[in-house]
Formats: sequence, structure tokens, C-alpha cells
Amino acid sequence: MSISVVDVTKRFGDFTALDGVSLEVPDGSLTALLGPSGSGKSTLLRVIAGLEQPQGGRVLMNGRDVTDVPVQERGVGFCFQHYAAFKHQTVHGNVAFGLKIRKRPKAEIEARVAELLALVQLEGFADRYPSQLSGGQRQRMALARALAVEPEVLLLDEPFGALDATVRKQLRQWLRRLHEEVHVTTIFVTHDQEEAMDVAEQIVVMNHAEIEQAGTPRELYDQPANEFVMGFVGEVNRIGDELVRPHDIEILLEPDGRAQEGQIERVAHLGFEVRVDLVLDDGRTLAVQTTSSDAEQRELEAGQIVYLRPDRARRFAASA
Amino acid sequence: MTASRLGLRTFALGYLTLLLFVPVLLVFYKAFEDGFLNAWETVTSPEGLNAFYLTLIMVGVAVPINTVFGVACAIVLVRQRFRGKALLNSAIDLPFAISPVVVGLALIFVYGPRDGWVGPWLAEQGVRIIFTPVGMVIATMFVSLPFVVREVVPVLREIGDEQEQAARTLGANARQTFFRITLPAIRWGVTYGVVLASARALGEFGAVAVVSGKISGVTETMPLLVAKEYETFNVAGAYAAALVLALLALAILLAMNLVKRREEGV
Repeated sequence: MSISVVDVTKRFGDFTALDGVSLEVPDGSLTALLGPSGSGKSTLLRVIAGLEQPQGGRVLMNGRDVTDVPVQERGVGFCFQHYAAFKHQTVHGNVAFGLKIRKRPKAEIEARVAELLALVQLEGFADRYPSQLSGGQRQRMALARALAVEPEVLLLDEPFGALDATVRKQLRQWLRRLHEEVHVTTIFVTHDQEEAMDVAEQIVVMNHAEIEQAGTPRELYDQPANEFVMGFVGEVNRIGDELVRPHDIEILLEPDGRAQEGQIERVAHLGFEVRVDLVLDDGRTLAVQTTSSDAEQRELEAGQIVYLRPDRARRFAASA
Repeated sequence: MTASRLGLRTFALGYLTLLLFVPVLLVFYKAFEDGFLNAWETVTSPEGLNAFYLTLIMVGVAVPINTVFGVACAIVLVRQRFRGKALLNSAIDLPFAISPVVVGLALIFVYGPRDGWVGPWLAEQGVRIIFTPVGMVIATMFVSLPFVVREVVPVLREIGDEQEQAARTLGANARQTFFRITLPAIRWGVTYGVVLASARALGEFGAVAVVSGKISGVTETMPLLVAKEYETFNVAGAYAAALVLALLALAILLAMNLVKRREEGV
């Protein structure tokens, strides 16, 4: 189901969470809402779900205006950041909830719950209570619960925010595969640019209640619309009024025309990648990314004087 | 065990013994001091039976009404924002703050058949509140009002509203969300509130005494009967009635524990 958000405004008292936001989400896509906390991304997700009522603007699903349709009739699956597990019900009870509300036949409910528990790899956990599950298992249960009613839209609010790094990465891959299998239009909120780039087909970068840019991960990284997006989707160095990615700076051992002189402060080996921290002659600091074989070959080490040549530096008009 | 922990335990037990166990045990002892028969006669006399039933009616009417009101009121207080919320919040505690006798007098000011506020009009319609069980039920409702609200509010706050939102996204309407999600989540708060409200309704003396007129065999609850028997020097009868009252309270506590145990056994 395609989703259109048209000029939506949402205020909480004096605070403006969404300021005339418009967005197109194609049918069957996997979209990330990316931004710092307080940027309005969760509010946008909740407006789409119908959990918040906007003061202005419309929400359309498949072209139909659903702005005034209550949440229980929108047919969206929603996963909450802290799972919102029904604590007094078993895993089975949680997953079956939406089906019981719809008064489906018992046999159908049993079959569907078994199928979903298999999908989220929680077979054998049907009789457990949420308190007996780990964070990752609870999140998968919440996903199964949301998918049980066959929603046409799946909305996830910081789905992996409360999990540790390893589980996070596993679930990320798992969500991608799930999306390929189920192919439901999916929107998830995250403040982690790596997560957004890794999972999403389309990323919507938000800041201060507005959308800064929407596009594929590649587009955002290579053609950021402004300084904020460039800084948010990857690391940047500022040289004068220009911004440049750490891997777009070349380290030369010999002086060369317009290359800037700098001293290596530290060489950090991060595996395949090496990050070189430098101080320029005017005291500013800079980070450069290179490969470990390059750093080794040229014997880069702290204290060394080198020359830097930025490539593909960007200059934006009035700062965002 | 360290001396300080032992000391603390001795203090707690000693305090309970002097204040609670000894007086309650003495009631048992005194009730049967003049023989079982005497006690039995007081309790099974027409007056005694009437008081017993009337007390059950007080609890049976006031507590369910206050439970429904209490849960609704707690939801309003926790989940809604509106002007005057602080006022409502404080008003609910009034029955804790006001002396029960004052409550009784206040009800007479409102419902008194001769110079009450709405009493004379009601009397013309043939409705009498004061000196009837109706007034006593109102008095009991008044004094037992805060318990369920006060027990449920913190529980509601703690569970938050995410589970309710989740239920809504899954297609549940407001009624389904309440009965399937909210109520099961707050059931222990409700239970404790009901037990406390029942205990208060069982034992209420002051407010009920003022509006009842103490008509023997008509508007006399167990606590009123206990007081009357004591004042008329039927001490054994007073203790016997007190014993019945204590047993009723114990039954409520026991019932709650049974429900709880069955639930935890699942």
C-alpha cells in the first residue's frame, strides 16, 4: 500500500513536532525515517499509524484519505520501541490478540500463530510470558503480533533501539529478509545512520520537524542536499567553508602545490580500515580514512609530517 | 543474625502484638467468656440477624459502585489532561480527611427531610434518605470512596499506555482494549482497593450512626449493634457481634489470598 503524507503539521503545546511535512512512500518499499532525537521522526510514524492526530495536513493510503480514520481501522501493524508486550498474556496470547479481536475461527488462529512463530523463530516459546523472553525475542514477538492481522503497512518505532549491538545487527539482517518474504510496505524509525543505510531502500532524513532530504542511501551519501544531511549520513571534515568525507582526502608524503601540511597525531587500526587523525598547521584537526595496507605500505605513524589533498569537497549555500 | 536485625524484628513483632494481636484475641476470648450460648443468642436474635444482613448490604452496594467509579476515575486522572484535574485529585481524598461524624452531619444537611437541601423535596415525592438504609449506603459509599482510586492510580501510571495503544493498532476498540488489556493489568490494584474499601464499609461507625437514627432491627448495622450491646451492659453480646464482624473481615482477606494464590499457581 502506498502512503502519502501531505503538508502535515503536529504541535504538542508550544513544541512543533512536524512542520508542514510531505512524503511519498511507494507500495512495498522499505523506508527509514532517520534523524536525531526530537526531529519529529517518531511523531511522523505515529501520525501515519493514526496514534496521533495532526493539526493540519492529510494522510493518504492508496490514494484514500485516512486522516480521520481511527487507528484500529487503518490496518497498520505497529511495533513500539519498548515492544509494548501484553505482560499478562503468553507469547501465543500476544500474537493471537488481533485475530481474536477479529473473531477468526479457532483453527485458523492456531495455524496462523504457529506460522508466525516459525517466521520470527520463536517456535517452542508459545507458552512463555514476555518477562521470560530476552529483548530480541520480545521484539520478534511484537513483530509477529503486528504481522498476525496481515497489515498492509508495517510501522516500526526504533525497533532495535533497546538491544545490544550484536542482536541489533542480526535483527537488521533478519528484518531485510522478512521484508523480502512478506513484502509489506514498511517504515521504520531510527537515529542510527548505519542501520538506515544497511536496511532501507529509501531514507528520509529529518531535522527540526522538517524533512531535509529523501532518497536512496547512495543518493544521500553522494549527493547530500545540505550540510546537515552530509554530516548526518556519514563522517565529515570541515576545511574552510568546505566539507569533505574522510575517505576523500589523499595523504601525500611529499609537498604538492595546493596540498595542506599536517602532522599525524594518531593512527587507529580498525581492521580493514585505518583512521588517521591529523593536526593542520593552523591547529585544526582532521580525520582521514584509508586502508590498512596503504597505511602499512607508506609506514604512516604518529608525529609524521604529511600533505593533504581533499577531493570532492562540497560547499553548501546558507547552512541548514 | 546481627543484633540490630534481631532488635528490629522484636520491635516490629512486639508493636503488632500489643496493638493488634492482644486486643483481637481478647475479643475472641471475651465473646465466649459467658458461655457459647449467650454469644450465639445475641448474634442470632432478630436484631442480630438484621444487623448482619444490613452490614452485608452496605458492603454489597457501596463497594461495587465505588469499584466501578474508582476504576473510571483513576483512568480519567491518569490518562486525561484537563482543567481542574488537580482539584478532582484532591477532592477524592476528602473522605480520608473529614471525620466520619462530619460526613454524617453533611448528609443530613443535604437530605434531612425537614430542613435539608433537597430532603424536603424528596420527602414530598415519598423518598426518605435519612434514617433509612438508603442514607446509610450513601454514607458508606462516601467514606469508602477513595480506596479503589488510590490503589489503581499508581498501577495505571506504572503500566503506561503503550499496551493500550498496541491493542488499538491491532484492531481493538475502546471497550475491548479496556477489558482485555487495561483491566487484567490493573487487577491487583483493583483487588487491594476492593479489600480496603470492603473493610472500611464493614466497620464504618460514625457516618452511618449519624444518618441511621439507630432504629433497632431496622437501621442497625453490626458496628452499631456492637456499640449498643456494650452500652446496655450486654458485654458478651457486644463481643460476640464484634467477633462476627472480625470474621467477616477475615473472610474477605482470605478470599483475596485464595484468588491470588490460584492466579499465581497458573
